[in-house]
Amino acid sequence: MGVGRRAHRSGRTGHGTGKTVWGLLAFQTARMALLVALVSILAFVLLSVSPVDPLQTNVGQAALGAMSPEQVERLKGYWGVDLPPAERYLSWAADVLRGDMGTSLLYRRPVAEVIWEKLSNSLWLLASSWLLSGLLGFTLGVLAGRKRGRLCDRLVTGYSLLAASTPAFWTAMVLLMVFAVYFKWFPIGLSVPIGVTAEEIALGDRIRHAVLPAAALSLTGISSVALHTREKMVSIMESDFVLFARARGESETSIVLRHGLRNVLIPAMTLQFASISEIIGGSVLVEQVFSYPGLGQAAVTAGLGSDVPLLLGITVVTAVLAASGNLAASILYGIVDPRIRKGAAR
Amino acid sequence: MSGMKKRENGKRLGNRRLFSMGLFGASVLFLLLVAVFGYVWQDAASVTDFSRKNLPPCAGYLFGTDWMGRDMFVRTVAGLSMSIRLGLLTAAVSAVIAFLLGLSAAVLGRAVDGLVTLLIDLVMGIPHMLLLILISFACGKGFWGVTLGIALTHWASLARLIRGEVFQLRESPYIRIAGKLGKSRAYLAFHHMAPNLLPQFITGLILMFPHAILHEASITFLGFGLSPEEPAIGIILSESMKYLAMGKWWLALFPGLLLTAVVLMFHYAGQTICRMAAPGSVHE
Amino acid sequence: MENHRAEEEILTVKGLSVSFTQYDRGFGRKEIQAVTDLDLRIRIGEIVAVVGASGSGKSLLAHAVMGILPYNASMSGEILFKGTPLTSGRVRRLRGRELVLVPQSVTYLDPLMKTGQQLTKGRKNPEILEKCKNILSSCGLGLEVMDKYPFQLSGGMARRVLISTAAMEDAELVIADEPTPGLDKKTAMGVMDHFRQMADRGAGVLLITHDLELAVRSADRVTVLYGGRTVEETEAFSFLDEGLLKHPYTKALCRSMPGKWPSADALENDRESGIPDEGILEYMRKEYGR
Repeated sequence: MGVGRRAHRSGRTGHGTGKTVWGLLAFQTARMALLVALVSILAFVLLSVSPVDPLQTNVGQAALGAMSPEQVERLKGYWGVDLPPAERYLSWAADVLRGDMGTSLLYRRPVAEVIWEKLSNSLWLLASSWLLSGLLGFTLGVLAGRKRGRLCDRLVTGYSLLAASTPAFWTAMVLLMVFAVYFKWFPIGLSVPIGVTAEEIALGDRIRHAVLPAAALSLTGISSVALHTREKMVSIMESDFVLFARARGESETSIVLRHGLRNVLIPAMTLQFASISEIIGGSVLVEQVFSYPGLGQAAVTAGLGSDVPLLLGITVVTAVLAASGNLAASILYGIVDPRIRKGAAR
Repeated sequence: MSGMKKRENGKRLGNRRLFSMGLFGASVLFLLLVAVFGYVWQDAASVTDFSRKNLPPCAGYLFGTDWMGRDMFVRTVAGLSMSIRLGLLTAAVSAVIAFLLGLSAAVLGRAVDGLVTLLIDLVMGIPHMLLLILISFACGKGFWGVTLGIALTHWASLARLIRGEVFQLRESPYIRIAGKLGKSRAYLAFHHMAPNLLPQFITGLILMFPHAILHEASITFLGFGLSPEEPAIGIILSESMKYLAMGKWWLALFPGLLLTAVVLMFHYAGQTICRMAAPGSVHE
Repeated sequence: MENHRAEEEILTVKGLSVSFTQYDRGFGRKEIQAVTDLDLRIRIGEIVAVVGASGSGKSLLAHAVMGILPYNASMSGEILFKGTPLTSGRVRRLRGRELVLVPQSVTYLDPLMKTGQQLTKGRKNPEILEKCKNILSSCGLGLEVMDKYPFQLSGGMARRVLISTAAMEDAELVIADEPTPGLDKKTAMGVMDHFRQMADRGAGVLLITHDLELAVRSADRVTVLYGGRTVEETEAFSFLDEGLLKHPYTKALCRSMPGKWPSADALENDRESGIPDEGILEYMRKEYGR
């Protein structure tokens, strides 16, 4: 009836042609591989049209002034400056498939090694803020969407709007000012104290350095999952089946727990898995503020220092991470949602 | 029964609407003031005066002054004005790209559709900040780097939306009849479909502004955007980073607050416009 | 009808009006009156049908009685259950127990919950399970239905599952909201038999439908709504003889039942009587004119 009640649209989404979970998995994996290959082509093209010549800039730089002419020649040879771009790409891609991502110009170490080191620093940061923002955002979204227009709803929506409007790097700066500079509870920067080798760092120290960056990332990350969950929850709570549950005498609490959570969990988790790319983007900014030696900061350093091999490597690795998130989301959908699991997906 | 109580509730709903309209007007006015004054103050923003350097906020200098004696309030407003103008420009370009790609994907046949879908997935497959860095790098950084970067990366989700919308429209009886009458695809697209897509286009465009502004500030903050001579908000905040540990908190706090306020008001104004454009979706 | 004792009346509705607000583009807001000044009474063992065209706000009547109107709707008037006002607190205690609703379609079932869990409302004690099984088999459904998700049910199965939800409770008032669309005549009458059984066990049944023929065949009394207003409240058998009907709209409806197509003259008369004929024509086109 035209009562302005939006009919609950069951969460059917396009999931390719996969009829079973395994079919779905194969299809999505192939798609992911294709996408990553295309991302690498796009990044390669962008980096090669740049007027900034990596060798010129870097050889001119003090850090690389120490390079011997032979090294420069080797680099030139490696990058094949005279080769046409297509051939250069193919030789790069062939090397990558063999596990060789080239040599970082700034760090003067293999790109794969640099990325692995930076990624292992970032991973905990990314994982903890991803989990934290997901859990908090989901809870807030459920509480807000439970009853549209209530105080709780308006607080959560207001907060989400505010968080979405606040630049992540500024949130990080405010946290830094308040908790590191003013209260001196946390160190101002770097993930480990200077002059200490990696083996000597205590876990506690690592955590102490990661708390503020993780908080900054979570605070901004909450907003999208909270708003999305709220939106879904509102439409569920106004759906026909919740109306019927109410008519059958189920209490509001039971409705939220029995019907609300069940139906809102899948879309919320899908969104959270798909938002890995967003968290990585945020980490670029936050790591810069805290001079946290992670992948995000490495990307900025590589970009500013024209370290093309490293930037290319980081782009591909983050694209793989983001695509895995999407892959995980669609697999999860296939396993959890009976409409797809039972092969009735249209 | 509870009829009376519900009626009162209805009246309060109306008042809330009036209140939100007032807030909408105030936001638009505020944004306009920032844009205009920032433009006028462009030169005043870079005036240095070492007799007044490092002043904390006071009556004369609302946001204090920096180490070169520049008035931070004037600088911030000038920077935000630049961000707003750049944001409007880039969002408009992005929205037009989204519109054309979305429309052509749905109208020009399967091959084009596959290509556009791939392009959308591609742009969405790279973390946004990283793509901005790549494009900025490709353009040799600077003004064009940030402008092109933002204009070329914000269209994907709107294009996807418009593509879906056109697919639905294409199935509607009057478009099918027009097609049977021998009208060309281009004619159908621009005479029959485009007008129907206008609401989505405008909503998408408006909701793009805050993102464009935030990303401009972020990429400039990282050092890939506008040059340090420009009074850009990202530059102001990245400079303030060096003084954080020295306790000059005002250099970071107020410019950031004003930036957040501008983005928030864009969000709010955008949502209000969308709500008016599509009354069926929201009842608040 | 006033001479009946109030206790015998399970449901009494007096002067019920339901309206809801909708926002237009820009600042516009309009109030839509769905039900106006409706009177209704249902006694023990009785099936009362409320008939009206689609979109005439009949479902809102059901929702108003159950206390589940959407947030943008408001109502006025009086609703008594067994002679006592049905306040929002009381309806919350009674619904799902003494008051049950049979909804229109499968969208009223949780799409991600197995049917069995929905029928038992998550209760796991053996008596409930036993009862659930009995009811399913009495509705002609196999036990495997309990292990199915709503999307796996066919239209007829879903309908019977919905009726089973009502049968799970020993309700005194059953409100059936459009229980038959999409079913062929034979199945529809089979469905109505279930409601007759509930009535025979001492419940009152409110049947909300757009199908006049179904209403006349299965209900004891029929109330006809037109534009949200009651135009006729009468015994079902009155529809067998047009002379027993008072209102021109119901007379036209009566004539329009299958096998009784109205003549052009009759329509002309109706126009003179002041009933907007496009309403009738639209109604007939929708219901019988295919």
